[in-house]
Amino acid sequence: MTLVFLILAALTIAGTAAAMGLRNPIHCILALTVGLVGLATLYLELGAQFVGFTQVLVYVGAVAILAVFAIMMTQGGKMDIERRPLPKPSALLAGGSVAGAVFGVLAWAILAAPMGQTSSAQPVATVAEIGQALMHKFVLPLEIMALLLTAALIGAVILAMPQEKDK
Amino acid sequence: MTPETLDQIFVTTKHLLLGYVPVALEPIASAILSVVPVLLAFPLLFAITTVLERKGLGRIQNRYGPNRVGPAGFLQPMADGIKSLTKEDVIPRDADHLVHFLAPVVMVLAAFLAYAVLPIGRNMVITDLNAGVLFFFAIGSMVELAVFMAGWSSRSKYSLLGAMRAVAQMISYEVPLVLAAIVIIMASGSLSTVGIVEAQSGFTFGLPHWYVFTPWGFAGFILFMIAATAESNRSPFDLPEGESEIIAGYYIEYSGFKFALFFLGEYLGMFATSGMAITLFLGGWGAPFGGLSWVPSYLWFFAKLLVIICCFIWVRGTLPRLRMDQLMGLAWKFMLPMTLLNLITAGVWHFMPAGILRWIVCTLMVVVPFLLTSRSLKQGKTLQVRTYRYAE
Repeated sequence: MTLVFLILAALTIAGTAAAMGLRNPIHCILALTVGLVGLATLYLELGAQFVGFTQVLVYVGAVAILAVFAIMMTQGGKMDIERRPLPKPSALLAGGSVAGAVFGVLAWAILAAPMGQTSSAQPVATVAEIGQALMHKFVLPLEIMALLLTAALIGAVILAMPQEKDK
Repeated sequence: MTPETLDQIFVTTKHLLLGYVPVALEPIASAILSVVPVLLAFPLLFAITTVLERKGLGRIQNRYGPNRVGPAGFLQPMADGIKSLTKEDVIPRDADHLVHFLAPVVMVLAAFLAYAVLPIGRNMVITDLNAGVLFFFAIGSMVELAVFMAGWSSRSKYSLLGAMRAVAQMISYEVPLVLAAIVIIMASGSLSTVGIVEAQSGFTFGLPHWYVFTPWGFAGFILFMIAATAESNRSPFDLPEGESEIIAGYYIEYSGFKFALFFLGEYLGMFATSGMAITLFLGGWGAPFGGLSWVPSYLWFFAKLLVIICCFIWVRGTLPRLRMDQLMGLAWKFMLPMTLLNLITAGVWHFMPAGILRWIVCTLMVVVPFLLTSRSLKQGKTLQVRTYRYAE
């Protein structure tokens, strides 16, 4: 564990923790963005440039902006967020059990992984190799994703089209 | 002094200086020695550009522009800088103080980060990432967040409106911007900015192998520059600022040096996208003619950058501001189909045998859809000479 890793990990955890703890939804999104950027830098530190930059491009450039827009559209940019009361016990229980289950699965997967046995040679995955893999080995999943995205795009256009007036 | 030593003078100086640094500190010293010149050169260029822009716009509008401070007004940026430093920093009472403070910082930070992958000269790039172009666009998307933070935290309706306009515009034009750049990645087979510049080196009959001198490269360059103008919120795409509509948009509640930081961030973003356009389409630091290769490479980069900046100033002084629906119509009905077609054209070019036929087919593939699209978009609209009434 290097110093760089510790700093980046602390940044990521602080960002995501603040995203859960803050009251104002816009603050939550900004804190979440910090967490996502921290995650991207962790990918970069591992030598996965493509994944790191894609993380920034997709999550900071698109998802965070989308979330911000969603909040602005639904709350009308209202900034006075009254202090929310603590959630009901049943909600706390449900949320807590889901979070616990996710944590359990992740912990199990991490503990089961062969830790510390890998060779010191870092696997090099250049952008070209990722492209080759996507276009040859994983071309079917890629095409299915493309179809799904096209369908979503057409759906969005149809939603945005002006409704024909009733006669 | 041979041309080679003059060309590499900054690189050799850096290595000379690194020799005096203890080995343990060498990575940090190397990073500092690479970053500091960029942090000095581009803000200086910003200062020069503000004068050039105000003088150029003045000439276009038949007035003088700044001509009082220093020789021919060229010390005006110093006066502006001192003014903005000594101004009171006004923060609205109800503003979100932390976010209000962070917004200009994030803006300038994102603008500077983009320079990490720009090759300014031969062997002169801060880091040669093998996904450099991707890095550039990923960093560009952080600017949107800074703009939104500024608009939202000011707690003013004008700034919020400006931020919404800015974010909508930047998201819309990011699509054609990236799609226009993808053509170059296809042609050069590299995501590294250094690799792309190298792919354009060499001359035929004294003319360079720049991508702008191919049908798809030319179309891509024009589309890229239009999208870059919109990305940097410059006229005719300056709706987010729109002085006559929403006063100054997202930075209306900023004063003093924070305002200057926004100004700086905006210009740095413009230089960075122009620099990326030079790298992708105009051969980076390469000389435009075979016989001129002895001129140092960094001079070519900055010469090209200044030419593009002059074009930006010219466009700003010439075109009126678009309406919101015209802005979105241009992005989605014109730019997007044209960039997608350009992708196909580049593919056809790649697979056809070299020769005159390839030129004819690809030129037709660029020109015919352009004419058809613009004609169909013009349908039902009659353009006539406007009459203006001047105040007397």
